[in-house]
Amino acid sequence: MTNLSDFTPNEMMTIAAARALSNDDVCFVGIGAPSAACNVARLTHAPDITLIYESGTIGTAPDVLPLSIGDGVLCETAVTTVSVPEMFRYWLQGGRISIGFLGAAQLDRFGNINTTVIGDYHKPQVRLPGGGGAPEIATSCQEVFITMKQATRGMVEKIDFYTSFGHGEGGNHRERLGITTKGPTLLITDLAIWKPDPETKEFTVISMHRGVTRDRIQDTCGWKVRFSERLEETPPPSELEITTLRELQARTELAHGGKKGN
Amino acid sequence: MAKFQSLKEAVTENLRDGDTVAFEGFTHLIPHAAAHEVIRQGRKDLTLIRMTPDIIYDQLIGMGLAKKVIFSYAGNPGVGLLRRMRDAIENNWPRAIETEEHSHAAMANAYEAGAAGLPCAVFRGYRGAGLKDVNPMIKSITCPFTGEELAAVPAHRPDVAFIHAQKANKRGDVLVEGIVGVQKEAVLASRRSVVTVEEIVEDFDDLHPNLCVLPHWTVTSIAHVPGGAHPSYTHGCYDRDNAAYLEWDKISADRDLFTAWMRENVLDAGPDVFAARVKGL
Repeated sequence: MTNLSDFTPNEMMTIAAARALSNDDVCFVGIGAPSAACNVARLTHAPDITLIYESGTIGTAPDVLPLSIGDGVLCETAVTTVSVPEMFRYWLQGGRISIGFLGAAQLDRFGNINTTVIGDYHKPQVRLPGGGGAPEIATSCQEVFITMKQATRGMVEKIDFYTSFGHGEGGNHRERLGITTKGPTLLITDLAIWKPDPETKEFTVISMHRGVTRDRIQDTCGWKVRFSERLEETPPPSELEITTLRELQARTELAHGGKKGN
Repeated sequence: MAKFQSLKEAVTENLRDGDTVAFEGFTHLIPHAAAHEVIRQGRKDLTLIRMTPDIIYDQLIGMGLAKKVIFSYAGNPGVGLLRRMRDAIENNWPRAIETEEHSHAAMANAYEAGAAGLPCAVFRGYRGAGLKDVNPMIKSITCPFTGEELAAVPAHRPDVAFIHAQKANKRGDVLVEGIVGVQKEAVLASRRSVVTVEEIVEDFDDLHPNLCVLPHWTVTSIAHVPGGAHPSYTHGCYDRDNAAYLEWDKISADRDLFTAWMRENVLDAGPDVFAARVKGL
């Protein structure tokens, strides 16, 4: 039997992210935690959600989590597989995607993301993989959800590089650049759920996961955290949610020989 | 007209020092055997184009063949970073490389523009993104009808494209199935193209009419290399060797280990070893 009281912060993060997705969404799934959340949503409350991976696979329903965005299981279970130029031109740029789901190496309070370099771009301390599809996912999807584990080196006052644009310096910065989509509307971490303030666009904690304190959220975040006046507790995982996630991960581990999928 | 050749001959005839070359395959159908043959022949000062450089460009860069890399995601998919490429960027080992970094959308559009014979690609991109401040090849253009400002990047026009595919028929038409990536665009954008295939069949008479087929007159050379995508995969033939991608993270972390691995598995090997590598996958 599943012991509901011993869920991990990571499991809570994935499940909270899954809950934010609905049956009608068309979701562009990024590498990492987003993939697990999207598939838990599909296997629980959102069976008809459309999951799209940037390899060109539209409407995928993998039994196990893929290790890369181009695994064969994505193509085998897809409604259709299109070329990569078509994916980015017709489907993403064409405005057909409701939610872009991104992870981040570095994130600031306005949802700007860095996955490119630590340090100076031309003389980097650490060269990270880079943006891939993210620069356009961040501006072409109707809205963006971000998921990441909290840590002061990840959630920083100032990111080293704007790989993808969130709310810039806050306020109406997107509008000023001619961007018509909403940008980051939700941040789900292993400790809390955050939403941008309607005016300033600064991420504000609206819900803390069970057992988490304000201090712990502040200690793992590099900027001064704002908490909503109506702070809630995130409902813990239901038996269906936790069982679905654990079974998905067990199948994935079996299929990939010990490596957890993305 | 497609010429059937050994991989060695195909590389010798089509790739020269200083060429701009694209090896494509989006996680799927990555032409590993072809990249290894290029490394054995030791071409110099190559400009490498590829959306996701991954293991093959880590190997080409680590062996010192690359002068410049044009890319959009320099990771080992599902595993982490590209350690040889990082070593070249951060420490100039074994030589300094230039980089030109784009987003996936820009790269895909640039291949498509190349295939379409256009000088540049126009798309809605890079808004608020830092790359346009560090890459002078990203510019903007104003729509003459609406006034909307759009991004523009130069078209990709490689000297040579290398791809791997499931099948060729005896005339030299090539079939690509599954995740088709940007291979068709890469071949049509390039002056010359080399395709490695799993199988050569009599004809394509029994195929569905809308499949991705490159007609024989768009392909320069075809080499029969079963398993030639390993450790990437070939849809319908063999699965991705995920363990090899994880192992690469360790091999590529150390210069000596990398050099020894490349000697044993690439320099002292040939295209014929690939068939055995995919047995059981």
